[in-house]
Amino acid sequence: MTDSKYFTTTKKGEIFELKAELNSDKKEKKKEAVKKVIASMTVGKDVSALFPDVVNCMQTDNLELKKLVYLYLMNYAKSQPDMAIMAVNTFVKDCEDLNPLIRALAVRTMGCIRVDKITEYLCEPLRKCLKDEDPYVRKTAAVCVAKLHDINAQLVEDQGFLDTLKDLISDSNPMVVANAVAALSEIAESHPNSNLLDLNPQTINKLLTALNECTEWGQIFILDCLASYLPRDDRESQSICERVTPRLSHANSAVVLSAVKVLMKFMEMLPKDLDYYGTLLKKLAPPLVTLLSAEPELQYVALRNINLIVQKRPEILKHEMKVFFVKYNDPIYVKLEKLDIMIRLASQANIAQVLAELKEYATEVDVDFVRKAVRAIGRCAIKVEQSAERCVSTLLDLIQTKVNYVVQEAIVVIKDIFRKYPNKYESVIATLCENLDSLDEPEARAAMIWIVGEYAERIDNADELLESFLEGFHDESTQVQLQLLTAIVKLFLKKPTETQELVQQVLSLATQDSDNPDLRDRGYIYWRLLSTDPVAAKEVVLAEKPLISEETDLIEPTLLEELICHIGTLASVYHKPPSAFVEGSRGVQHKRLPPRAGSGESTESPDVGQSGPSEAPPAVIPSQGDLLGDLLNLDLAPPTATVPSVQPSMQMGAMDLLGGGLDSLMGDESDTLGGDIGGSPSMGAGLGAAPAAMPASLGGAPAVGGGLGDLFDLGGGVGMPTGSYVAPKTVWLLAMKAKGLEISGTFARRGGIIQMDLSLTNKAMSVMTDFAIQFNRNSFGLAPAGPLQVLTPLSPNQTIDVSLPLSTSGPVMKMEPLNNLQVAVKNNIDVFYFSCQYPLSLLFVEDGKMDRQVFLATWKDIPNDNEAQFQIKDIHLNSDVASNKLQGSNIFTIAKRTVEGQDMLYQSVKLTNGIWVLAEMRIQTGNPNYTLSIKCRAPEVCPFVYQCYELVLKN
Amino acid sequence: MIGGLFIYNHKGEVLISRVYRDDIGRNAVDAFRVNVIHARQQVRSPVTNIARTSFFHVKRSNIWLAAVTKQNVNAAMVFEFLYKMCDVMTAYFGKISEENIKNNFVLIYELLDEILDFGYPQNSETGALKTFITQQGIKSQHHTKEEQSQITSQVTGQIGWRREGIKYRRNELFLDVLESVNLLMSPQGQVLSAHVSGRVVMKSYLSGMPECKFGMNDKIVIDKQGKGGTTDDSGKSELGGSGKQSIAIDDCTFHQCVRLSKFDSERSISFIPPDGEYELMRYRTTKDIILPFRVIPLVREVGRTKLEVKVVIKSNFKPSLLAQKIEVRIPTPLNTSGVQVICMKGKAKYKASENAIVWKIKRMAGMKESQISAEIELLPTNDKKKWARPPISMNFEVPFAPSGLKVRYLKVFEPKLNYSDHDVIKWVRYIGRSGIYETRC
Repeated sequence: MTDSKYFTTTKKGEIFELKAELNSDKKEKKKEAVKKVIASMTVGKDVSALFPDVVNCMQTDNLELKKLVYLYLMNYAKSQPDMAIMAVNTFVKDCEDLNPLIRALAVRTMGCIRVDKITEYLCEPLRKCLKDEDPYVRKTAAVCVAKLHDINAQLVEDQGFLDTLKDLISDSNPMVVANAVAALSEIAESHPNSNLLDLNPQTINKLLTALNECTEWGQIFILDCLASYLPRDDRESQSICERVTPRLSHANSAVVLSAVKVLMKFMEMLPKDLDYYGTLLKKLAPPLVTLLSAEPELQYVALRNINLIVQKRPEILKHEMKVFFVKYNDPIYVKLEKLDIMIRLASQANIAQVLAELKEYATEVDVDFVRKAVRAIGRCAIKVEQSAERCVSTLLDLIQTKVNYVVQEAIVVIKDIFRKYPNKYESVIATLCENLDSLDEPEARAAMIWIVGEYAERIDNADELLESFLEGFHDESTQVQLQLLTAIVKLFLKKPTETQELVQQVLSLATQDSDNPDLRDRGYIYWRLLSTDPVAAKEVVLAEKPLISEETDLIEPTLLEELICHIGTLASVYHKPPSAFVEGSRGVQHKRLPPRAGSGESTESPDVGQSGPSEAPPAVIPSQGDLLGDLLNLDLAPPTATVPSVQPSMQMGAMDLLGGGLDSLMGDESDTLGGDIGGSPSMGAGLGAAPAAMPASLGGAPAVGGGLGDLFDLGGGVGMPTGSYVAPKTVWLLAMKAKGLEISGTFARRGGIIQMDLSLTNKAMSVMTDFAIQFNRNSFGLAPAGPLQVLTPLSPNQTIDVSLPLSTSGPVMKMEPLNNLQVAVKNNIDVFYFSCQYPLSLLFVEDGKMDRQVFLATWKDIPNDNEAQFQIKDIHLNSDVASNKLQGSNIFTIAKRTVEGQDMLYQSVKLTNGIWVLAEMRIQTGNPNYTLSIKCRAPEVCPFVYQCYELVLKN
Repeated sequence: MIGGLFIYNHKGEVLISRVYRDDIGRNAVDAFRVNVIHARQQVRSPVTNIARTSFFHVKRSNIWLAAVTKQNVNAAMVFEFLYKMCDVMTAYFGKISEENIKNNFVLIYELLDEILDFGYPQNSETGALKTFITQQGIKSQHHTKEEQSQITSQVTGQIGWRREGIKYRRNELFLDVLESVNLLMSPQGQVLSAHVSGRVVMKSYLSGMPECKFGMNDKIVIDKQGKGGTTDDSGKSELGGSGKQSIAIDDCTFHQCVRLSKFDSERSISFIPPDGEYELMRYRTTKDIILPFRVIPLVREVGRTKLEVKVVIKSNFKPSLLAQKIEVRIPTPLNTSGVQVICMKGKAKYKASENAIVWKIKRMAGMKESQISAEIELLPTNDKKKWARPPISMNFEVPFAPSGLKVRYLKVFEPKLNYSDHDVIKWVRYIGRSGIYETRC
């Protein structure tokens, strides 16, 4: 007969059948039925409906049946509190039973029934049981106090159970003592200040006596409790240690670890020159090593703890490196932990062995493990200087394997090695560069970019390399973007002549097109630095970096101390304080190590782990996110100095955001550069427009005191145009029609100011003077904002270029075509008329970036009839470049979505008269034809907007 | 403390569910199933935190045991308890399998009620438990009052592992020294790490409450005794002979019956043994280990599609002794298409499913040598990653203790009953087995 059949009944009407069986007269049948009920309960079926029937079976002398019914009661009493009361009588009666096993069973079960009405009835039986003659009943009752306290703490205090429990610490039976200690410790945890345990030398003595006699579990309770005691002096501390050390030979690993906890804690109070201190240190190593032959799960717990111990007292295990060598069949969690400890124990003495092992591990199968092994090699290089060379060559060997993740890890660690040993291993850079293409992880890319930037002067094609990264700037993670920005600025400072465009590009990418405040801020800071004082920029950006220290991933000292107090527990496994994962009041107390023994500490003390106040805390390499801090070293640039220097540059306008600064940076080369700025249309436009742009933005925020406010202003407002498209000049007025005056011109928008660029050529034989200009009414109210400034007379065959600022506040009349402008120019000879057409982009304002939400709503709001669709043919740009280009002309990309290989760009444009134009541009990779859908409340502007798109994209 | 304990089958169906604390709900049962049992990837940690609830698990064949808690419990204790739970179940109904658990679920609930109270582990010695938790559950009614108090005093008493009044017609004692020798060797034959982990397992069938004293050739004890007469180097001079006189034990742990404080002060091992089979002690040594076998690998890659492997094994112990159950496992690459093997002794076979050549030799005497050579044909692959070359592993059994441990005496005193140490029949046996015995190639 087996019990497994109870699991199989799943037919309908089962409950009904069970009910009948439970009420059967036959004892056997009853028992069978209860078993079925328990089996159903186990698999999660609701059998609470049977409550009265099951409880009826409670009155029995069959112990097995009784236990089953109790089990049922514990599960369902809470859902049926009224019914549960029916059981009370039986419980109370059982507590008086002659058989101690039954008495204990009753009091144990009653404590598990969390129903208030029952707890009231529990007090009397519990009181009796706590004083029962049988130790088995007493030890059960002791735990029951903790149960009751969990349900109703006040009741326990009122009934004086806590005192009775304290008395049990002096019980003659060791197991009763152990359970009482366990219960008290738990209750004390929820009353941090109650001093409930009230440990004093007498009670400690009792506990230590019981320790020798109780079960393995009891020993754990007692040791854990001892660990919270604070000895009065080093002598008491030593005598406790002496009595605890025998536990290190216990077969139960938990006993060993709890003993280690007590010793690690109390050792703190022993003077280091004491012989016993050294003896104790020696005694700790073997049991810790033995823990590694336990089952893997326990090994894991042990390793996590050893990791803490090694950080606190490295001397204990410094000779035991070999036992942490990874076995081929170790579970992965054991392997990873062992590796961690190996690195911590690595020293000059054992480095050769360690390296050989690590190299072996780097060829294993598990990716995480391999990565960690590679990283470990790098850490060894940093930790043990003598081994650095061997580590680097090992890493290079690994790079040759071309296994993608190995290469990437290797590059990340080599970056750290470069920092630790500057000017030593740079010869390997060439090898690293070969693997540029295979890097697909942000950390590796960032590391590689850092290396290229840092050693730009030694890498011939550094600019090409960085440029290749720049192409997909927006698809990179922030880590890489920040790194790229810094690297390019470094490159620029090192090789200013060739990298002018590159730095311009990255600065604008970082400041205009990024939503990331860190990136934007860093971009602006660099920009300002470069424009104000390039020498300072050089000092800041290329400053000497502090060396990194050897220890990595150390746990912060106060946390480490707390975790040492929690050896063996979950906290030590998670390496987190209990408050991080335990809810409620429990575990919120922060445990601390006892104060250090003051005497006998001298400099020759071998204890490296003590980071006392006199020693500088080791500088820790944060495992991640270190890039931000270490590269810019922002704190090196005194903030007070930068603020005033920013101010004037703001007032002047950012006209020579780069130009002015470059002069001093480059000295004699400034000539060529100056020409460059003027000549290159895209950049010239951008820079030239700046003076107008800056006041416009500053006007809003009058005379802001500091640099920071301004920066934000810039970010939100004007932005730095990369250069809006300006069409080449076309001839508007032929000389033959205007008595020798030829006018050609174009329109441009520079930093929010519309300009009409005119070239006036005198093809007549006589001098021309007295120029003036006037516009007819037009669709957008364009009008000259000032007189046409031709100051000198125009001699025959002379050409003069004039820039005429325009405003949009003139009289409005709808023209046909919409962008037609009729102009009258007068000179000393006659008045001439011509008409020209301006690109609508002239009227696209700088704050035309619509909020995403508004965009969505507006798009829906505009009727579909107003939508116009266009094809833009033969564009060979990817979406990002396109959107950058368009942004230069104030066509702003609000969002980008990629659907099935198609990039959808959502863009907005605002015209000077406040008309919003919304557009959706579809770009299919490989297809040179873009589809543009434009929606606007004034649909007549759509074709002209389309024209602008085409113009901008094709030029 | 432990808030609940669940047992699942391999499908994640719950077989046993016992909740001790109010903060653990039924949803915890599902959380573990979903996040651990049904998780796709390999187990990355035996401790998992899901929604501020911590799960500790161990696996026995395809049964999962999970302990659940929301507190900062003693993690080592939880695992020790789970192992103990497995031991207790095995002692009651044999192998831990779905079938057995379902067949004994009532018993398991009863056990869980007894050995875990409010999440605190209680006495879990099978010897004691079996006196009052029986599969039939009937016995308990028939206990007399005396018997009952005897049970409770045993469960809670100082000697919780042994009951009074045991009687045997013949007092007998079996002592097994079981060692597993572990080795990791470099291809060049350099020992990277080696240690012996040994166990002294006893089967005692002794009447009454006997007091036992166990002695072995522990260096510390021998040196202490030797102080009076012979000098220290006497041990060394013996090394070349039949065996070392004393061995250095790195560390040892004992069954809870051993008086630890006495061991700590006098280094003597004294105890009142449990009845039947139990593990008296475990120990570990790393010095002067006799490595019974030496493996010499030679792997040569011939082009991209062929490997030549030659492995020589040498036995390194007295020629009069015989090693048994020798097995050498030579890993082969994943893209192996065919293997030809020639071996001097025993049988060798390529097992494709295990990616290894398995070479078995029934018996081999000491100071002998044998060899296997194999040609491995490989399928061409475009896999960039090189084959990881797992180490060659070995299994064997030898009739001596590779650590050099010798039992010097085991004395039995039972003052109340009239049998003396001489009346006890004692058997001692040494078995050395391979633990993880690997040579890299």
